Amino acid sequence: MLEITNLSHTYGNGPTAHNALGGIDLKVAQGELVCIVGPSGCGKSTLLRSIAGLLRPSGGQVTLNGAQVEQTPDNLAVVFQDYSRSLFPWMSVVDNVSLPLRRKGMDKRQRGQAAMEALEEVGLDGAAAKYPWQLSGGMQQRVSIARALAYRPALLLMDEPFGSVDAQTREDLEDLTLRVRNLHNMTIVLITHDIDESVYVGDRVVVLSKAPAGIVGDLRVDLPGPRDQITTREHPDFVHLRAEVGRLVRGMRSPSPSAS
Amino acid sequence: MTRHNPLDNRLLCGALGVAGLFCVMEVAGRTGLIDPLVFPLASTVLGRAAALVTDGEFLSDVASTLGAWALGLLFTVALAVPAGFLLGSLPRVESALRPILEFLRPIPSIALIPLALAVFSDRFDMKVLLIVYAATWPVLINTMYGLKDVDPLAKETLRSFGFGKSAVLWRVSLPSTAPFIATGVRLASAIALIVGISAELLGGGAQGIGSYVLESGGNADAVEYIIAAAIWAGVIGMVTNGLFVLAERRIFRWHTARTEVV
Repeated sequence: MLEITNLSHTYGNGPTAHNALGGIDLKVAQGELVCIVGPSGCGKSTLLRSIAGLLRPSGGQVTLNGAQVEQTPDNLAVVFQDYSRSLFPWMSVVDNVSLPLRRKGMDKRQRGQAAMEALEEVGLDGAAAKYPWQLSGGMQQRVSIARALAYRPALLLMDEPFGSVDAQTREDLEDLTLRVRNLHNMTIVLITHDIDESVYVGDRVVVLSKAPAGIVGDLRVDLPGPRDQITTREHPDFVHLRAEVGRLVRGMRSPSPSAS
Repeated sequence: MTRHNPLDNRLLCGALGVAGLFCVMEVAGRTGLIDPLVFPLASTVLGRAAALVTDGEFLSDVASTLGAWALGLLFTVALAVPAGFLLGSLPRVESALRPILEFLRPIPSIALIPLALAVFSDRFDMKVLLIVYAATWPVLINTMYGLKDVDPLAKETLRSFGFGKSAVLWRVSLPSTAPFIATGVRLASAIALIVGISAELLGGGAQGIGSYVLESGGNADAVEYIIAAAIWAGVIGMVTNGLFVLAERRIFRWHTARTEVV
């Protein structure tokens, strides 16, 4: 459903030009949860912004359900790392969640209902009338996730979504993401720099090299489900995969033939 | 901890300060430190100020000043907010107009009164125009500044859902700029009152608090009238400013609450 062909991007020109993406080819199937992991500053966010149509890449193309992405497509939602900046402080939680639904041609009542359902799914129906800044960081990120869920996007992009919350909240949000994804059979591309997280959450882990980013590994994660923060993380396959991804991220050669 | 100090109340503290100054002035007058013939007693001035409330002529002058103030402020907002958005979102237009703005901005509006008098036959129009000229700056500058402060991630969030430019302007840029605009309007309201009364004084307006002061100049106890009128001008300025502050706190609670948390 998502197809990226020979995507490249260079910021600026002349001697100060920064080549962020160096020809990326990637296919994501319907219902897949793909984690993209790579060293910091490798161009992960540039890749995400190109998929979302927020940035016009220098070369290559992105197609979503067969249509080429030129401007921001309306069947896509993004959950950003910085929830406090991404949620609108002048609106209540429920209004934040229902605002994007205006694009769907729903009336006020339908929007409110869909927003409440999404808030229920993330366990925040009690906070609907509150303002985002009255909630903790983890709760605010739940609101962002609810906003994306209510929109029912064909593709959900998540840019370091759990990078600004504490470890406990991070695990909760990872499990929440897995739960809603199973419930709605969503297609998700999640960008992270956390190797463990990519293996725990993903069906597939795509490893990017340092800038200009290229794909250096594409590993299928076959862990027994349902995933669990304790048992999954001590499973031998998990331990093996995270080592494999770790080596790829650091640019080391694998000691044995690839696990995928 | 449990004992409550009454002086913690800001309103009470402020009232004490005013009462204190009043007593000092009164004592200075009665002991002859200040000659009451040159500068009237505080109690005399206060009595005169209280009597002005029933003075029909004074009240209609106050109404005239407030009318010009309100009309001027209304025109200012209607002009400066769209202009601020235009300049703030079109950097090339801003660069082109910047030198003109920087040239006009430091010109004191009082200095324009003779020019305005020459151009306008109607004193009220002249007054409103001067108010608009002087009050535009804080609103324009604050609107432009607020627009620059709009979080790019907030705009990208809306764009990522497929919203276009006008939706981003209306649903993100305008609400995030609104608290800055409100502060600009509050500053403009004080300026509007000052410029309005100055125009009445210098332009010899037919109506307004300034004209009342001018006309009282002929009385035997002129100083008493002038100070009493000035007290009312001060009270009007304080009350309007207070109302703006209250409105800002209520409407933009999200703005202050958020900056307090961060």
